Amino acid sequence: MSNIKDEIRNYVKKEYLEDEDEMEIKDDTALISSGIVDSFSMVSLKMYLEKKFKISIPDAKATPQAFDSVNNIVELLKEFVPPEKLQ
Amino acid sequence: MAYTKEKEFFQKELDSIRQQGILKEERYIHSPQSADIEVEYPAGAQTREVLNFCANNYLGLSSHPSVLKAAEEGLKERGYGMSSVRFICGTQDIHRELEEKLSKFLGTEATILFASCMDANAAVFESLLGQEDAVIADKLVHASIVDGIRLCKAHQYVYKHMDMAHLEEKLQEAQEHRFRMIATDGVFSMDGDIAPLDEIVALGEKYNAMVMVDDSHATGFLGKTGRGTHELKGVFGKIDIITTTLGKALGGASGGCISGRKEMIDICRQKSRPYLFSNTLAPVIVSASNKVLDVLSESTERRDKLEWNTKYFREQMTKAGINIRAGEHPIVPIMLYNAKLASDFARDMYAEGIYVVGFFFPVVPKGQARIRVQISASHEKEHLDKAIAAFTKVAKKYNILGKTKDEIIAMYGL
Repeated sequence: MSNIKDEIRNYVKKEYLEDEDEMEIKDDTALISSGIVDSFSMVSLKMYLEKKFKISIPDAKATPQAFDSVNNIVELLKEFVPPEKLQ
Repeated sequence: MAYTKEKEFFQKELDSIRQQGILKEERYIHSPQSADIEVEYPAGAQTREVLNFCANNYLGLSSHPSVLKAAEEGLKERGYGMSSVRFICGTQDIHRELEEKLSKFLGTEATILFASCMDANAAVFESLLGQEDAVIADKLVHASIVDGIRLCKAHQYVYKHMDMAHLEEKLQEAQEHRFRMIATDGVFSMDGDIAPLDEIVALGEKYNAMVMVDDSHATGFLGKTGRGTHELKGVFGKIDIITTTLGKALGGASGGCISGRKEMIDICRQKSRPYLFSNTLAPVIVSASNKVLDVLSESTERRDKLEWNTKYFREQMTKAGINIRAGEHPIVPIMLYNAKLASDFARDMYAEGIYVVGFFFPVVPKGQARIRVQISASHEKEHLDKAIAAFTKVAKKYNILGKTKDEIIAMYGL
């Protein structure tokens, strides 16, 4: 599980944080409500996860709350990805 | 009447907005738009004369005598309203004339008018792109582009603000799609940042992507003859799609357009919903806009004055020890970082007779609160000096004159 979390964390850092940002992204750091990932950029985060796990997350499930932290994202993924792939 | 639970819900939401200190309130202006305006604020208060430093009236054409005269002539010769959408009986000869003049001014093949640039941006992506395609947008594009992209079925990629290496990565990722369109603002309205259109066009060529630019904060004054960001960056004639507004530098009434490759404009005329299901600009605005483009094509005097004013203001503010965001655009952000400080500072400026507005989250990212000053060609040197003196006085009051970013944050927090 920690691998998946690290991957999401690294993706968020690489895609959304500027080089000068020295922010630490913890498992429960708010991503959307804090403004780190805006709702516009959230779409690319969704696309990244869909591509990586070869899944399709329906719009109704892709709420700002579901994407608001690394923990929330992993919970969301559990609905679509078999547990062995989330190791 | 089933408006009980609903009323309570909306009232709670309004209360919450007010409690967060982000309630937007209109200020009533009792005079024409200009460098000097008469403002009633708060509502019901005695009006007072203030200097306006927050309008998009970059070229001072909002109340220019020759523009007013053209508007009057339009009213007399072509009437008040059209009472029809364009393709039934809502198009006059002067609409065609304005579209042709805009194409010439912007260096494009064709143009289609909209009631606003917001409408133009709502129309452009949906009309031209489908689910086989991709839009690759700067993270900080204007809200109307974000909405426009959401309305179309194309795949969305976002690159970091003006980060060309990241854009290139996204273009590589997007190669699997049929068409690619890069979307950016020419000038970003909150920062005055100018997009590196030369590099964006080069990347577009390298990765076979069209380039779409919203040049609302540049048309009329950026570049040697005021054609916009593409002129400034040496890529005039090389942009596939430009959207822009008549509601800022070009007279400031309302209206916008999509301007670009002929076939794409023709498609917009067939498919774009804001064009098909809404009236276009009233004859008065069209007539005045035609005059504005004549004035700007004849002389660069107004954009030259704006350039001088901008340079003077930026230099003098820096010299006075005010922390401004570096750049060359007439949008000059005074960085204060803390939301309450920005709001208090703007209130004190108003008391000094200078009308400016504080911006904070969610309009700008958290911790980047600021006052956005906008310079106009209608400002005279004494107006600028008065504003600089007021900024200096208020900055002294808050003890931030000559202070760095870190010092201001240490004092007031983020």
